[in-house]
Formats: sequence, structure tokens, C-alpha cells
Amino acid sequence: MQMNPVRRGALVLAALGIALGTAAYASGASATTRSSSTPRAMSTLKVALVAPSATNDLAFTQSMYSALESLKSTENLQIAVSANEFVVSNAADIIEEYAHEGYNLIIAHGSQYGSTIESLAPKFPKVSFAWGTAGATFGMKNVFAYEASSNEGGYVQGYMAALLSKSKVLGICGPIATGDAKLYVDGFVAGAKAAATANKFTVTAHTVYTGSFSDDSLMASCAKTFVGDGADVLTGSSQSVVGAIGVAKSDKKLWFGTQWNQSSLAPHNVVASQVYNWAPILKQMFTEIRGGTLGDATYVIGLGNGGEKINFNPGYNLSASVKTEAQKLIAEITDGDITVPQ
Amino acid sequence: MSHFFTYAILTATVATALGLAAPFLLAALGETVGQRSGVINLGVDGIMLLSAFATYYTALQTGNLFFAILVGIGTGMVMGVVTAFISVTLKAEQGISGIGVYLFGLGFSDLLFIKLVGTPLPIATLNPINIPLLDRIPAVGGMFFKQTILVYLAFLLVPIVTFLLNRTTFGMKIRAAGENPAAADSVGVDVARIRWSAVLIGCTLAGLAGAALLLFDGIFQENLTQSEGFIAVALVYFGAWRPVGVMGGSVLYGAAIAVVLEWKSLGIIPLSASDLAATAPAVITILALLTVARRFRQPAALGKPYERGG
Repeated sequence: MQMNPVRRGALVLAALGIALGTAAYASGASATTRSSSTPRAMSTLKVALVAPSATNDLAFTQSMYSALESLKSTENLQIAVSANEFVVSNAADIIEEYAHEGYNLIIAHGSQYGSTIESLAPKFPKVSFAWGTAGATFGMKNVFAYEASSNEGGYVQGYMAALLSKSKVLGICGPIATGDAKLYVDGFVAGAKAAATANKFTVTAHTVYTGSFSDDSLMASCAKTFVGDGADVLTGSSQSVVGAIGVAKSDKKLWFGTQWNQSSLAPHNVVASQVYNWAPILKQMFTEIRGGTLGDATYVIGLGNGGEKINFNPGYNLSASVKTEAQKLIAEITDGDITVPQ
Repeated sequence: MSHFFTYAILTATVATALGLAAPFLLAALGETVGQRSGVINLGVDGIMLLSAFATYYTALQTGNLFFAILVGIGTGMVMGVVTAFISVTLKAEQGISGIGVYLFGLGFSDLLFIKLVGTPLPIATLNPINIPLLDRIPAVGGMFFKQTILVYLAFLLVPIVTFLLNRTTFGMKIRAAGENPAAADSVGVDVARIRWSAVLIGCTLAGLAGAALLLFDGIFQENLTQSEGFIAVALVYFGAWRPVGVMGGSVLYGAAIAVVLEWKSLGIIPLSASDLAATAPAVITILALLTVARRFRQPAALGKPYERGG
């Protein structure tokens, strides 16, 4: 029985709509960009970055993307980026594709990619994989791991937060309790408690893990819950914090950022941000790879090696005494006089 | 646990629950109207995303939130025209066409966001409006009567949509088109026109839902809804295609999210159970759906394109 032409046309339109939407999503959301630098005496290193969020997320992915871009010329890199790959199975296909294409280093920037790296790395022994934030290389010769001692900056910021809070109630919005997110949260809580002990007051640090790195609606709801609980200083980790920062701005609460400088999101509410700089450890990896070592090492960025920096927001009028305390803590952590608990 | 049952905490939790419920309620009320006419629209989430972006971009450019809401509503209406044309005029398979609309909304909103905005910036959000006298009612005043205008609107629409469906000629025609379009046609009801109208209403409310979600968060990001528009479709089934039932489902879902967040904050849910607890809202809704929805039947012609003589 022949199909009604109108129905046939409708099916065609529906199929076109699906194709158009998929193509728009693919081209817009998961843009794979490649850029080359001018060849120099150093051999060109092909580096691919696979990340769960946008390269301009003002958080996790932006920190790694910016570090790579900053090294493009000096390290003679050819960089490919696949962003917004929050679906792990899709990311696995993309990582494998890069490996097939002969990329020298594939950076799987997200703790959720761990099992993917563990299964793919043995299939491509001549490709170097870097996985973070995590400490495990799975004992494989071609896997680097990298992580951030985000607990260090968290400690400093938690200390400041406790001093600045009038209600002495802090709200900490975590995504998932893993990797640098958990380290940061633990460090922040420890810093807040240290400030309370040193200054003889009581502080309450509410912590919630929303269960998602990307759900900024849930992060916003989390922040609202904390505000309802009396918190006047908030912090959080992951690319979904933009939702929580919006709440801090609208409810006139203070915010401490991590992973990237978040001052632009709330110029008068962000006190400071712990900014990651992955460039020093990336340079080490590139040197190792060029020397023939493809992995089996873990790199850590921290306040002491220039991989982390506390960026004080000039738009917020931070009291001199609190800033002095913070700078003193940074020096003590850098010198090893304080070991921040993990 | 006793800490949870303090006035301040309970007030904050209920207030958050209602705020969270509002976008679901708006989208689900719209979908109820559409489904009662016999048209299922799985593109609700995509429409919410497009309208959320339109609202966000307008707010970013003009600073005028009410104008931004109107643009969000308008976006919903435009998508309503598209959806109605595909589902009603072209008589496409509604499930597939709905998915097409969803994918289009997901991809296009992401693309527009990347090209037109790039780095996310927060916008102003709606201020809560205290209803005079009512907000001073002991115990419940702070919970219910210190919400934003869109939350009040969402709940006010429940009796309005109920009245529309059950007490107006237009509503009777909608129900007739969804139960027995051939019979409705035989007595002079223009089934296509009625379904067009119902879908337009549904998508307009989906547009308003997207605007409400955006203004709750205060910022747009790619895939802002996290596919929660599909929850709105499920809530129609939960509510047995009745606005009051849909309201109950929306509040239940919003409350589940709010309570889980509050319990995590207070340490009632330990860290080890945190991820499991995050699934609670969806699990509770599914269980409620299985329990409640089985007792009611869906509109007889739901999902079936109507063709005179067909």
C-alpha cells in the first residue's frame, strides 16, 4: 500500500529535523578545533585534549585549554580539542580516534575518563595518555596522571571564608566526591575549622555533592539551599558552579572560586579564586615524551610549584588583615610549614 | 534529623521545592492541554532550551527581565507553530517528530550560545514578591507567599487550565479531539484547528517554563535543562492528564530535589550515600507514576494523527 504523500513528506521533514539538530549539536557543542604553530627545531608534538565541558567554562576545562594554548608556540604543538564530551562513551570513541590518528599525547581531562584510559592505553602502546585529575597510572608505561593539590588553595580560601563570614555558616557546593573537587572541598573545610580554632569562634561548613559535574541548575538549587540555611559565604567546584555563582550574586553572598578566575561572573561578590596553571607539568610531560618516556609518572600542581595561585579579586574590597593572613598561609604551605590535610 | 524540622529549615526547603517545581509545572500543564487533544509532544525539552536561551540573551542585551520573558514565551509560540505543523498538518509520527524538535532545540540553543555569548555571564533574577498579609500567616506564610511572579503564575494556571478543559466549550472540543476525533468531527468540531490550538498553548507554556528555569538559575549553559523536559512529559502521565494531578507530581518532584539537597547539607544523608541520593527524585517519580497512573487511562486518540475518513 503506497504511503500518503503528505505523510511521506512529514516523515522526511522529521528525519531532516533530526539530522539538522544532530549536526547543529555536533558542530556547535562538540567542536573539534585544530591549530598548528610554526615549525621550529623541536619536533612538532601532536596533542589532543578531550574535556567534559566548554573551553570557556571559567573552570575545569578552561584551565587546561588555556595552559595548552599558552605553550603552543614555545613547545611546537599541534593541538586538537574535543570539548563538551560529558558523555563518557562518546569521549571514549573520540580518544580512540585520536590514538588511531597518531597523536603523540591525548589528554583525557576528567576523572570520569579513567576506565576509558585504562582500557585503551594497552591497545596503543606508542601513544601517550594523560589522565586527570587523578593519581593512578594503572601501572602502565604510557599513562601519565596529573592532579591538583586543590586542598592547598581550598585551605587558604576556607580560612578566609571563615574570617569573612558574619553568620559563620559556609556553603560548599561539590559536584561528585572525587578528584580535585573532593580535595578542594576537604581543604576548604579544614581551612575554615583552622580559622575558627585560631580565632576562637564556631563555624559551620555545610557540604553537598550534587552528583553531577554539569548540572548547573542543581548547583544553583544547592546554593539556594545553603542561603536558606544561613550561609553568607559560598564556594564550589566544577564547571557547573556558574549556577551557584549566579545565586551568590543575586543574593549578595560572597564566593570563592577554584580552577579558574571567576571574578567576571560576579565582580563584587567573588573574593578570590584558586587558579590552576597546568603549563609547568605539561612542559614536563612534553620533555618526557620527546625523550622517549611515554608515561608511568604522576604530576601534581600546587601552590609551591606555580601550578596553583590564589587570585584576589580587585573588585572586592578585601580587608588588609584577611589578605595578610591569606598570604601568610600561602607562604607557610609553600615552605612546607603547614601540611594541608587531604 | 531534628535539625531539619526547625521552622527556618522547613520554610527554606518548602520554598525551594515550590521554586523548583514551577518550571516542571508550567511545561507539564502545557503538555497536558496538548495531550488531551490527542497530540503528544516529546520536544518539550528542546523548546524549553530554545526559550531559555532566548530569554537569557534578551536579558543580557537589554537588562529587561519582563521583556526577556515575553521573548521566551514568543519562542515557545514559534516552536508551537513548527510542532503543530509537523504533528497536526503533516500528520507525522508524533514520537519521532517530537524527538526531532528536541534535538533541534538542544543543538540550536547550544550553537547560538557558543556563537552569540561564549563565556557565560550571570543575569539578574526575579526578586521574590511577598504577598501582603498572606506572607505573615504563621508557619506557612514564609513557605508559600514569598516566591517570584513566575512561581505564582505557574500555580495560578492550575485552576485556569482546569477550568479551560472542563468548563469551556473550547475545553470540551479539546477533550473530544483527544478521545474520539471522528465523532467530534461528525458534530462539526474542526479537529485540526483544535489540535493546532492545543499544541500552541502547550508550546507557549513550554516556552514560559524555559524562561522560568533560566530565571531561577540566573545563567544559561549548554543543555541547561539536563533533559528534565522529559520529566514534564512524564508528569502528565503521573497526573492522569489532570492539572491538579500534574501539580501534585511537579511539587513531589521539586520537593524530592529540595529535601535531598537539604538533607545532604545537614549531613543527614552521608557522603557515602550522596550519589545514590541524587537519584531519589527520579526514582520517587517513577514509583509514583507506576502506582498512580495505572488507575487512569490516557486519551483514547493520543498520539494518533486524525484524517477524515481514515
